[in-house]
Amino acid sequence: MSRWTPDPTFYASPREAVAAPAEKLAYVAAFDRSASRPDALAVLDTDPDSPDYGRVVGWTDLPHTGDELHHFGWNACSSALCPTAPHPHVERRYLIVPGLRSSRVHVYDTQPDPRAPKLVKVIEPEELAEKAGYSRPHTVHCGPDGIYLSALGGADGTDGPGGIAILDHTTFEVRGAWEADRGPQRLAYDFWWHYNHDVLVTSEWGTPSMVEDGIVGELLLGRKYGHAIHFWDLAKRRHVQRVDLGDAYQMTLELRPAHDPTKTYGFVGVVISVEDLSASIWLWHRDGDAWAVTKVIDIPAEPADPADLPDLLKPFGAVPPLVTDIDLSVDDKFLYVSCWGTGELLQYDVTDPFHPVRTGSVRLGGIVRRTPHPDFPDEALAGGPQMVEISRDGRRVYVSNSLYGSWDDQFYPDGVGAWLAKLDVDTEAGGLTPDPRFFPRGEEFRGLRVHQTRLQGGDASSDSYCFP
Amino acid sequence: MTTTTWVALVGLGAFHGLNPAMGWLFAVARGLQERSRRVLLAALPPIALGHLASVGVVAALVSATRSVAASTAVAVAGGVLLVGFGLWRLLSERHFRWAGMRLSAGQLAGWSFLMSSAHGAGLMLLPVLLADPAGGDGHAGHLSAAPVGALTGLAAAGVHTVAMLGVALAVALLVYEVFGVGVLRRAWFNVDRLWAGVLVAAGVLTLVAAA
Repeated sequence: MSRWTPDPTFYASPREAVAAPAEKLAYVAAFDRSASRPDALAVLDTDPDSPDYGRVVGWTDLPHTGDELHHFGWNACSSALCPTAPHPHVERRYLIVPGLRSSRVHVYDTQPDPRAPKLVKVIEPEELAEKAGYSRPHTVHCGPDGIYLSALGGADGTDGPGGIAILDHTTFEVRGAWEADRGPQRLAYDFWWHYNHDVLVTSEWGTPSMVEDGIVGELLLGRKYGHAIHFWDLAKRRHVQRVDLGDAYQMTLELRPAHDPTKTYGFVGVVISVEDLSASIWLWHRDGDAWAVTKVIDIPAEPADPADLPDLLKPFGAVPPLVTDIDLSVDDKFLYVSCWGTGELLQYDVTDPFHPVRTGSVRLGGIVRRTPHPDFPDEALAGGPQMVEISRDGRRVYVSNSLYGSWDDQFYPDGVGAWLAKLDVDTEAGGLTPDPRFFPRGEEFRGLRVHQTRLQGGDASSDSYCFP
Repeated sequence: MTTTTWVALVGLGAFHGLNPAMGWLFAVARGLQERSRRVLLAALPPIALGHLASVGVVAALVSATRSVAASTAVAVAGGVLLVGFGLWRLLSERHFRWAGMRLSAGQLAGWSFLMSSAHGAGLMLLPVLLADPAGGDGHAGHLSAAPVGALTGLAAAGVHTVAMLGVALAVALLVYEVFGVGVLRRAWFNVDRLWAGVLVAAGVLTLVAAA
């Protein structure tokens, strides 16, 4: 049912969203690697005045097993205020929760009790395959004209091409594949847009067979994983330009365009360079009439004793940083970079996007270091900062530690565990401080691993804005 | 046309102009994007033109049909159509879909035409057009009266659109210059629901008048 006034969590501009109240709850995708128990949506209490602060206060099991929850998103967000198809009286209410492995897409209603999301619809893999020709659904973004859902695989889990499916805003039915002309694009992963410029950007990971059983060394050294990003005409749904970073730069994953709708730049993280195991962050920007990329951050590998390394890395004698997620604050000031291999979260001031300045770092976990949380020094941590989420006001950052089931097992073969840390941010000078009161982990997550976090009311990677 | 008819047309024009979905919000967005009031102002005429086309088609059709067919039949058909469309707008959760922000003036007019048509902007004028004394000069009932009727309808649409443009311009400038888009979160009440209610009311009014 529609509202009389706009949903209070919608903001016309990023400038206003920064003034949003702090989130009281966070939703976390949790999955059972053994696929013997259902995956779950865990609900965390993020209200510092609550007695349950930092604890799991809600838990909703999925109806099946083996989904492997990963990324998810809201049915509606600030883009509902966009002037071409305004409908701000809908509610930010439903979570669209894809199973990356099962290809089922779940719709959860966070009302009436936001701590107990209720299942209202399941889109079966057959519907996604039949209507859109895709499988392995990944990123969800609420667009002004529908819900956009990227997918890694072709129908029935075949090796693609992957792409984007459109879901109806209200019925959540699959309307079809988004692309009218995909040009040379085959690999898929993340996407987002410069909405006011009619530009959509997509990135590349790999097809289902390239990723589902773990990273494949021959493919990596053969430079077969994605190493390009694609620019599209968002209105015409046509491929415009492929920008290759160079085949040494394997796995162009997360895309973080500037939130300011007048800007036309953004950041993409590269997991690994096959030449020196480094990770890197690239800036995309206009160059005359075309798009171009410029490498703006290089993060070197750390030398290590092969005895401390998993089999996969022993021949290299070094730990790759493995930048698996990045996130840009709503005011476009700070970029956060997860180094899941070395176990470090980096913070950069990107006020000048061409010249990032490193302003903060927190070490947690890591393949060799196993750095404990500073307030729990006796607990060596596996995994590292992986999925990053930033509150709309930019003051709080949440990091969870699992990457992807089969990849966790390769890089952390003795178990990745489960933890989710919260860091407080100095939004003026930069800098990160782990919150001693907020560190749910281990048994709190009932043996499941934790992936993406979504904050109640929206966060830095959930909303797009049509007004500067 | 009577004075009451003109006042009603202007009033409905103002109501349409007030609705953010009818275009002033798009004009504000374009102005803010380019940081230029000129861009805002330049967006409004194509938007008004698209609105005029959408409303004009309906108004001309209704007026022309009325000139040649029995008033009661047109009124009943129009009233039923209006009530039905209004109820559908009221109960349907679907919203207008459109992707594309960078539009030429022609595309902007096209967008406005589709947006106005999808909202049934022209239909809302039905009771006003039907309440006006038919034909007037004794030609009613003859096919030759149709063009004259259509012209009357176009004139009605024109007056309506001028009012719509005036209000849209005022609101757009107020939001752009004074309030800022922050006002949207607080002040944007659900015009669509009210709009649907007005459509249903207009249909009922038409039917009652025909009875």
